[in-house]
Amino acid sequence: MTEADELREFADREYEFGFVTDVESDSLPPGLDESTIHQISKRKGEPDWLLEYRLKAFRHWLTMEEPSWPKVERNTIDYQKIIYYSAPKPKKTLDSLDEVDPELLETFEKLGISLDEQKRLSGVAVDAVFDSVSVATTFSDKLAELGIIFGSFSEAVKEHPDLIRQYLGSVVPYTDNFFAALNAAVFSDGSFCYIPAGVRCPMELSTYFRINAAGTGQFERTLIIADDQSTVSYLEGCTAPMRDENQLHAAVVELVALEGATIKYSTVQNWYPGDADGVGGIYNFVTKRGLCKGKRSKISWTQVETGSAVTWKYPSCVLLGDESVGEFYSVALTNNMQQADTGTKMIHIGKSTSSTIISKGISAGRGQNTYRGLVDVKKGATDARNFSQCDSMLLGDRCGAHTFPYIEVRNPTAKVEHEATTSKIGEDQIFYCNQRGISTEDAVSMIVNGFCKEVFSELPMEFAVEAQKLLAVSLEGSVG
Amino acid sequence: MSGKKENSMLEIHGLCASVEGTEILRGIDLEVKAGEVHAIMGPNGSGKSTLANVLAGREEYLVDAGTVQYNGIDLLELSAEERACEGIFLAFQYPVSIPGISNAYFLRSALNAIRRYREESEIDAVDFLELVRSRMDLVGMDEKLLHRSVNDGFSGGEKKRNEILQMAVLDPTLAILDETDSGLDIDALRIVAEGVNKLRKQERAIIVVTHYQRLLDYIVPDQVHVLSEGKIVRSGDKSLALELEKEGYSWLQADDARAGNNA
Repeated sequence: MTEADELREFADREYEFGFVTDVESDSLPPGLDESTIHQISKRKGEPDWLLEYRLKAFRHWLTMEEPSWPKVERNTIDYQKIIYYSAPKPKKTLDSLDEVDPELLETFEKLGISLDEQKRLSGVAVDAVFDSVSVATTFSDKLAELGIIFGSFSEAVKEHPDLIRQYLGSVVPYTDNFFAALNAAVFSDGSFCYIPAGVRCPMELSTYFRINAAGTGQFERTLIIADDQSTVSYLEGCTAPMRDENQLHAAVVELVALEGATIKYSTVQNWYPGDADGVGGIYNFVTKRGLCKGKRSKISWTQVETGSAVTWKYPSCVLLGDESVGEFYSVALTNNMQQADTGTKMIHIGKSTSSTIISKGISAGRGQNTYRGLVDVKKGATDARNFSQCDSMLLGDRCGAHTFPYIEVRNPTAKVEHEATTSKIGEDQIFYCNQRGISTEDAVSMIVNGFCKEVFSELPMEFAVEAQKLLAVSLEGSVG
Repeated sequence: MSGKKENSMLEIHGLCASVEGTEILRGIDLEVKAGEVHAIMGPNGSGKSTLANVLAGREEYLVDAGTVQYNGIDLLELSAEERACEGIFLAFQYPVSIPGISNAYFLRSALNAIRRYREESEIDAVDFLELVRSRMDLVGMDEKLLHRSVNDGFSGGEKKRNEILQMAVLDPTLAILDETDSGLDIDALRIVAEGVNKLRKQERAIIVVTHYQRLLDYIVPDQVHVLSEGKIVRSGDKSLALELEKEGYSWLQADDARAGNNA
């Protein structure tokens, strides 16, 4: 086999998670107006205040324009062609996991997510979201013993309306941006998590998002609240079938850390990236923001972004509490025709707040990778500290890496450091590995993993291994 | 096959090679037997490093003509990693750094890649550490270097020692040392050379590529070849190296000029 054939074979390699599950679903017709929102709310049996919230958001959305500043090129989205609600039809009311549609359980098995608690040894509680609804949550009983609430957003609306009312939109108001407004209007499900004061969550909490139905958008909403002196580590994973059309994923994630609390939020994003020519793939336009509300609270974002046709998100921290800490560790990989415009915002408001940004962008094929970040030190943020490091790596000569760091400092005691590098995987490095018996594929994967080491070391163990594998798979065939 | 050929590990005939359209090697003939140490000397630009890289299978170096047999196989048919797995080791003149990957991890990956190729079982971390420690003494290397990223921030001497450590662990059949002496002070040179000497053995051949004679004070070669403008112009025993030391490389040009006149 010639090298060109090998390359082609790798390029044509199918996206592993591109299958479609054949389930009967209950979907709204495509299109969006106030009646769509009434129907979503009705189907979910929501209280009036939530319907009102959705309608206000929708009316606001109508006044907004889709932003055009990101450095991405994409097809226009026709919001009237999207299906805003699609749920697998339950065969009957569920009382336990055993009654979940076997088709769905099998789908998650195939994705490597076992929802069967008996089989799970890894100590990770999972909330599985399929299209617009949460289909199962594992270990929620065990967590409830500690007072931890973990489950679907819809359930939480019914069972813990006060918490939802208090915190929904408190970090990302619907007025924040175009997609946040859209999400607030039409969000269907997602995960909700509350850790009571003083509790250290004994297991990793995880939500697995799966888009299945054609023509649908996924608009989930995640809200995590860590009460005083509590700790939680949360993981998020996602996949979607291969389709020629672009599907929209516009989620909102809100985190609230109260005094002394720590939230660690890790994402391994592997939405369908489209084919080698850039046909199809997910538009991943997500608003993620954490509020360090209490003194000495800490929010840490770690993301590994390998999927999606276009990724556009800036997981951010609002450092309100004195001595609060924000962290952002990111690996974004773009291969073939993928584009990513991602980074973070660190808003320093409290005194002695500190933030760390480590961003690793890898571009291969004709991929375009942009880091965009803001470090904003407000007037009252005495002794604020920030350290940013943005490294880019290029594989081949048809891809691009771009860095847009914005720094705004309004307090003279602040210390802000920014470092940036761009490197190219050299033929020298690859030959060196080859000469030691290591194949080119393994060499590239090793060099890239070395490049991403500081970020991977922030991931929970299991995820770190998965992320390394994912990176290797996503890079296959990118170097001749 | 004659008895003589059975003993030859490496047989190079009429090897011509070019880099980016420039002809560098213009017909190399060389035979190396197991257990021997050959030194390749010559002025800058004579093609010494090109020969080393062509043998190791670097793609940028195009072979235009000639054959290379290695233990009875056509070496030129193999990729760089296959050659490595077949027991060819190149100690680099400029070892490359790989940030974020520990020296130990890299070396174990290399060893296991070679073992897989040979259908041997992979070595686990514990056995590997034992092996690597026993080899570190050969080059007097600090164990701390095992846990640092490959060649990242290493001094010149550390890099060269690291190359010899890799050689000691990977246990090659044919080792090619490309200007291993460059950039070393006399103490580091002695340590590296002593390490190489300990790795001399009956089943292994070593090709030492060097500009200067001084390395050959420590690694005493069985044969010395002088390369000039892509050809071996003289071969002899170790005394040839001493002669070069005395006279420099200028006589080569004189020789060439004479050859030109005669033609």
